[in-house]
Amino acid sequence: MTPGEPLVRWDWIFSHLGDVGQRLGEHLLLTGIAIGIGFVLSLCLAQLVRSWSWLYGPITWITGVLYTIPSLALFAFLIPITGLSRLTAEIGLVSYTLLIMTRNIVAGLQAVPADVRESAIGMGYTDRQLLWRIEMPLALPVILAGVRVATTTTIGLTTVTALIGQGGLGYFILEGILRFFSTPLLVGAFLSIALAVAVDSALVLYQRLVTPWAR
Amino acid sequence: MHSTGFLGLNGPRAPDPMTFAAAVLAWIADPAHWVGFDGIPTRVGEHLTMSVTALALSLAIALPVGLALGHTGKGGAVAINIANVGRALPSLALIALALPVAFGLGLGLGFWPTMFALVPLGLPPIITNTYVALRSIDPDLIEAARGMGMREWDLLRRVEIPVAAPVIIAGVRNAAVAIVATATLGAIVASGGLGRYIVDGLARQDQARLFVGAVLVALLAIGAELALALFERLVVPVGIRHAARAPDTWSAPR
Repeated sequence: MTPGEPLVRWDWIFSHLGDVGQRLGEHLLLTGIAIGIGFVLSLCLAQLVRSWSWLYGPITWITGVLYTIPSLALFAFLIPITGLSRLTAEIGLVSYTLLIMTRNIVAGLQAVPADVRESAIGMGYTDRQLLWRIEMPLALPVILAGVRVATTTTIGLTTVTALIGQGGLGYFILEGILRFFSTPLLVGAFLSIALAVAVDSALVLYQRLVTPWAR
Repeated sequence: MHSTGFLGLNGPRAPDPMTFAAAVLAWIADPAHWVGFDGIPTRVGEHLTMSVTALALSLAIALPVGLALGHTGKGGAVAINIANVGRALPSLALIALALPVAFGLGLGLGFWPTMFALVPLGLPPIITNTYVALRSIDPDLIEAARGMGMREWDLLRRVEIPVAAPVIIAGVRNAAVAIVATATLGAIVASGGLGRYIVDGLARQDQARLFVGAVLVALLAIGAELALALFERLVVPVGIRHAARAPDTWSAPR
């Protein structure tokens, strides 16, 4: 951004490959924990809806409000309680995954044909077996579609956690802004987008492998 | 500032809730925080100005494009995929990318880099929803309108837009929420708005300022969502309110 300075200084990138690897690792870890915890919580919420369908309204309402709150505001809101910590980052990131994943798990389970369910019950499947052996596998394409959206958006949001000192690729973006140095800025922006595309492609591949009947 | 330990549980200790609540109330009650360039009314005004300007520019670009694509049925793959691309673009990265652009054009820090990030952010949900809304109109309806002698423009203005309105407005709603949220991040590139309280609160370790900023931003985002929901109720005729529900064109949290 300084006149005369090239937009990308490749020598900076090559001398900071270690940093890039570290920040990439942090980014993946922050995202992975959020998706993991978010998925388990969404499964629990979907189970609640499966047992008590009237809960669907309140659950989508609450997770919808969480979804609407800007990430920087949510992190800032949590700082007085949980400090500038990874816990703050993860509470924020997890709360953004709940709406999409819960809705997709519920929609996937509801789309299982009634006669399939009836056949399974007729064959003596218990409620738990019915869920894990019949309903979940059949709902898998819809569930994975939700996981894909949640993962892509979480990778983007994780860049913001750099503002509360949690590293990740947002660290380079902030460094670039604070030092008026376009190279780290572009490295951070480019890598976070590339990471989202790469992880999404990997999930598509995974989906094709585990749901051969849906091809 | 940096915490250590897994999940940062050894991080800075939380303040005592009562002391903290008192500090927040004192911050709000301080008359100095209600006047001047850093006062709450100014910051709310700046945030709204940035958001409304960006949304208006997004609409001015996205609506004609979406209507043209939807009416002609051309460019469907582009219109639908643009939402996926938009979702994958992190707000912070957009702001970061807008900074060199604004500098290259000699527009400096603050308002313009934020605008360059906010306007592209608003485009995908509006284009995609407008396209999908127009394409999902019952073909019989279009045929009937043509049979009545409507030309292209009348068809668009008197049939397609009113019927597609709920889904188009849902797209505008997604765009508005994303813009209000990302305008907060503009504070990092020295723009005004409520993000200032959060960024400055972080820098000065002033938790009351930080907290008030967070609450105001959250209220503004939820307010934008509710205002457009109300707008939808006002402009959409009762007869078609349930005919078209918004498709699952998720916009990302920002």
